Amino acid sequence: MNIRITGGRVIDPSQQLDQVTDLFIADGLIAGIDTAPAGFEAGHTLDASGQVVCPGLVDLCAHVREPGYTHKGSIARESAAAAAGGITTLVTPPTTSPIVDTPAVAQLIQDKARETGLARVLPMGALTRGLEGEQLSPMHALAGSGCIAFSNARLPIRSSLVLMRCLEYAATHDLLVLFQAQDAELAKGCMHDDSTSTRLGLAGIPEAAETVEVARCLMLVEQTGVRAHFGQISCDRSARMIIEARARGLNVSADVAVHHLLLSDVNVDGFDSNYHVIPPLRSQLDRAGLRQALLADGIQAICSDHQPHDAIAKQAPFAATEPGMSGLETLLPLCLMLVEQDLLEMPQLIAKLSCEPAAILGIDAGTLKPGRAADVCIFDPAARWTPSAAATRSGGGNSPFMGTELRGRVTHTLLAGEQVFKL
Amino acid sequence: MFEPQDPNRIQLNSKGQLRHFLTTEGLSRELLTEILDTADSFIDMGAKQIKKVPLLRGRTVVNLFFEASTRTLSTFELAAKRLSADVLNLNISTSSTSKGETLKDTLMTLEAMHSDMFVVRHADSGAAHFIASRVTPDVAVINAGDGRHAHPTQAMLDMLTIRRHKGAFEPLKVAIVGDILHSRVARSQIHALRILGASEIRVIAPKTLLPRHIEAMGVKVFTDMKSGLDEVDVIMMLRLQKERMNSALLPSESEFYRLYGMTTEKLAYARPDAVVMHPGPINRGVEIESAIADGPRSLILDQVTNGIAVRMAVMSMAMSGQMVERQHPQVQAQ
Repeated sequence: MNIRITGGRVIDPSQQLDQVTDLFIADGLIAGIDTAPAGFEAGHTLDASGQVVCPGLVDLCAHVREPGYTHKGSIARESAAAAAGGITTLVTPPTTSPIVDTPAVAQLIQDKARETGLARVLPMGALTRGLEGEQLSPMHALAGSGCIAFSNARLPIRSSLVLMRCLEYAATHDLLVLFQAQDAELAKGCMHDDSTSTRLGLAGIPEAAETVEVARCLMLVEQTGVRAHFGQISCDRSARMIIEARARGLNVSADVAVHHLLLSDVNVDGFDSNYHVIPPLRSQLDRAGLRQALLADGIQAICSDHQPHDAIAKQAPFAATEPGMSGLETLLPLCLMLVEQDLLEMPQLIAKLSCEPAAILGIDAGTLKPGRAADVCIFDPAARWTPSAAATRSGGGNSPFMGTELRGRVTHTLLAGEQVFKL
Repeated sequence: MFEPQDPNRIQLNSKGQLRHFLTTEGLSRELLTEILDTADSFIDMGAKQIKKVPLLRGRTVVNLFFEASTRTLSTFELAAKRLSADVLNLNISTSSTSKGETLKDTLMTLEAMHSDMFVVRHADSGAAHFIASRVTPDVAVINAGDGRHAHPTQAMLDMLTIRRHKGAFEPLKVAIVGDILHSRVARSQIHALRILGASEIRVIAPKTLLPRHIEAMGVKVFTDMKSGLDEVDVIMMLRLQKERMNSALLPSESEFYRLYGMTTEKLAYARPDAVVMHPGPINRGVEIESAIADGPRSLILDQVTNGIAVRMAVMSMAMSGQMVERQHPQVQAQ
């Protein structure tokens, strides 16, 4: 069906567009902006007055929990949550069960996602077999089966030799490697190692748990020339190393989870397990550093790091709970706080949620250019609403933002011209 | 931007009285003094022929120990019995909870038996907060030690021991020596000493046993005994918890003893009337020399006696604070 979206503020950083205009969609593709293409007849007109019309968001890290952990989430539910959050493309880590180290698992995830039809779900492949850090995974075959990038998640590759071989092999086939940098031994804890962890008596994870591994990875990236991305960095010093590496001409990029831009370790006071995340919420200085790195182009994308959990996973003393927050539906409103706080302009923010993550992945998404798939997010930047665990579409309501009034709400999401969400 | 609220507020009822006792942090000097005064009155009672008072008659106290303990459990049991409560001791080893029942299920089962008070020891920091805030808000929760976080009754019995020997807190310099990193006792002592107004609080340990930014808790940090004990009035030794030493923290017990063990020689660095305390059980020859542990400046056995009185005080106060809340359920809903 042909759709005309009228009267909205159309923001598409991929073509430096920010104006109140009309968007025309035909046959699932963007058919035109401002002026209707010849012979266009709208089957449906969508009034977007007072709203922002932007490319469907691209989320670089969202755990869909399927296969293997469907008591926490599923492709159907997480896709529905993504659609409600304006996210049309999401990348899911290889830590399913079975792990994404065979083409069959990669295909299963994509088949289920296509069947559901609410979001594009792109699997990441395991960098090593079983994520055990010892033997290379069949990266070429996995890429052929749709794996968009390769990661060992937060599981260690203890041997630098094995890691170097992984990067050489990925470079051979021009594959993207995604690091979720963490030194396994230093990361044995449950929150940032600082005065709050000291006071609460919770085992701390020092900054070095991340920076030591970022440094090792950067050196090996430089040596191998692989395309590399750092996912969910949490420390100011990591961001600085990445900025410095980019200045030296390294082909590296980074993203940050939105909660690391808004919260800090002091939020753990009171032992609310919803603040238990890995990497941990860092210091207020780290938070300030990450925010600056967004401006200095050290960090190109913001993701949800969506990790839905069943209720029991969070009902225990802090250290005994499972880390992670559910975040697909709150990604956009939380990011809009950065605009409200005058850190980013709206188009800058949209870029970090659309064309920039798409460029990191090297995919044709996150844009409203004519001829491209009509993945569109329409949101009311002023709408106030309160997310709740009861109303979430995701399998997990584990988020400290549940019950907090947020500003900015998605009203419509289109995937290839089909409406997959309407408020 | 999403600033946390005072998490220790849940210890108090709507009138500001104790209804749980989870940590010494964030409590007022008046409240801590009330605990000490109440405990003082129970000490005199312990010397009498009939040692019971009916303050908890008809109440059920469950000692819920997820971590092994002999002396803390027995003093809590004795304290509850002297208050005339019905007492149930449950030693729940980690192996039985790993059979599948969660901590939450265990507690809800016990709550359904109409228990009035849980005395909880657990290996995880925050366990007592979790129980009081998320699981059984209508049951008074007394923290008998949670991970590395807090051991408030131990700290209060230490405060009672100090007050009975030294009088006021204001002039005192107090040093806490040993494994600060893993010690819930040290954390609760530091909060209590600050609130009660001790003039200086020091910690003495090698850097491997000092948690990050401990100075933010209001203490001075020393890494050697000679300067750390200089002019000190009270020395609080900590247990070197060997079972928690899961990595390369110390070269050997003997080197630790040589550098940080409390010996006659090192005691001479402190004031001539300085007293030595230890939460027990003591490792003779690792943390403390026998001659000091058994000597005239040791208050180790006084601590045990005072422990019963402090636990009676806290249990009776928390129970009455909890009852106020039960009579006014609408306050809780606010």
